[in-house]
Amino acid sequence: MTRTHLTSALLCAIALLAGCAGVKSYEREMLADPIMSFSRDTLSDQYLEHVYEVREGARGATTTQGGGCGCN
Amino acid sequence: MIASETASTTQRTHRAGTGRAWWSALLAALGMLVSYTATAVVLPEDRTDLLYHHYDGGGVTVKGPAMLVRKSAGDNVSISGRYYVDTISSASIDVVTTASPYKDKREEFGVGIDYLHGNSLVQASMSSSKENDYLADTLSLNVSHDLFGGLTTLNLGFSQGQDTVQRVDTSFEEDINRYNFRMGATQVLSKSLLLGVAYEGISEEGYLSNPYRSARVLGATLPEQYPGTRDSQAVAVRLVKGFSSDQQPVISSVRADYRYFRDNWGIRSNTLKVALQRYFGSRVLGEARYRYYQQSAATFYSDNFASEMTYMARDKELSTFHSHSLGAKVTWYFLDRKYLFLDRMSLNFSHDYVNFDYQDFTDVRTGELYSFGANILQLYISAWY
Repeated sequence: MTRTHLTSALLCAIALLAGCAGVKSYEREMLADPIMSFSRDTLSDQYLEHVYEVREGARGATTTQGGGCGCN
Repeated sequence: MIASETASTTQRTHRAGTGRAWWSALLAALGMLVSYTATAVVLPEDRTDLLYHHYDGGGVTVKGPAMLVRKSAGDNVSISGRYYVDTISSASIDVVTTASPYKDKREEFGVGIDYLHGNSLVQASMSSSKENDYLADTLSLNVSHDLFGGLTTLNLGFSQGQDTVQRVDTSFEEDINRYNFRMGATQVLSKSLLLGVAYEGISEEGYLSNPYRSARVLGATLPEQYPGTRDSQAVAVRLVKGFSSDQQPVISSVRADYRYFRDNWGIRSNTLKVALQRYFGSRVLGEARYRYYQQSAATFYSDNFASEMTYMARDKELSTFHSHSLGAKVTWYFLDRKYLFLDRMSLNFSHDYVNFDYQDFTDVRTGELYSFGANILQLYISAWY
């Protein structure tokens, strides 16, 4: 499957999921809590990702976006 | 071995594919925008973090302060500033087997601005990193948009970076150009479950080797030589599930994160992260986390080449290895009510231990496969206002 098809499938799946979710605004108390965040402490998580990035071959698609790192 | 022509063809193919994917994403997003109404996204919180970090492992010590300050200006704009320092003392295996231990200092500055317009958040940022033999400048633009009454958030992003690679005490200087393309979505699946998906493609061109490191050919050392381009793709899926109790609407959560990575150097990797967070009373939050990482080697990597090749690397970051990381973090909200201009403050401490095991990188001093463990410590204070 090409990346174009994958992207379209992904967005269609999101649209479908959104239609099914039906979570009202007043039901989102838990979702607003810091422990429901993918990255609740940006600076700390940026540092940790940087530590791994300079020691590993993989990069990208993390929960934080750092700056230039002088990685090579 | 990878030929530069192959790399260049792969890069062209990747760019054409990226273009089609972006058109497809844009059309689908526009279609959804027309069909649904949405609620507004919000600006990031006004917050300052002061952090001290310390890494010690494999003969390398890196420590220093970091700071992130964010403040809104009016209802639609938030401005941020970032400062980060790495003070490096290195006697790593690369250094002790081919050169002398060294000390270095890296400083990074960054500024950013967030602009809220309706259901969209536009973020622009720039950062500049400097050490005595490496300079890096990056410009980034991200756009987030809420859909379906705030149940779905789509993100698109682009970064362009330019690095300057130098070698101390020589006139050596080469450049790297880097382009990052990001897209992702966060989806509310239920009142206690969040799903996130992310894609990032990175294209690099320029001097991607290390001017200090050597490859081994039949035991002799020769300068490393890398291809002049590198294209990579990473895809991640992450979930957060929250739990409540009779006494508390939110008491704990479990976070899981998987990433698959591939590039045209032949590296394939899998990253799996799991974290458990739990409140202990109203002021203490604990976190336990585990991370597994595994990768295959680049096609032009060898521990000891049998003959001289066009491209040669003996960088252990391009070898076959895996790592396990175990960590814990404690957050203490020592101020949880309004005091002067402050809304809340917390003190945080985290400790992660990571162990790297290399499958085809030997310690030339012992002839054994190399492995090492490292401690990663963070102490930081956060203030919301």
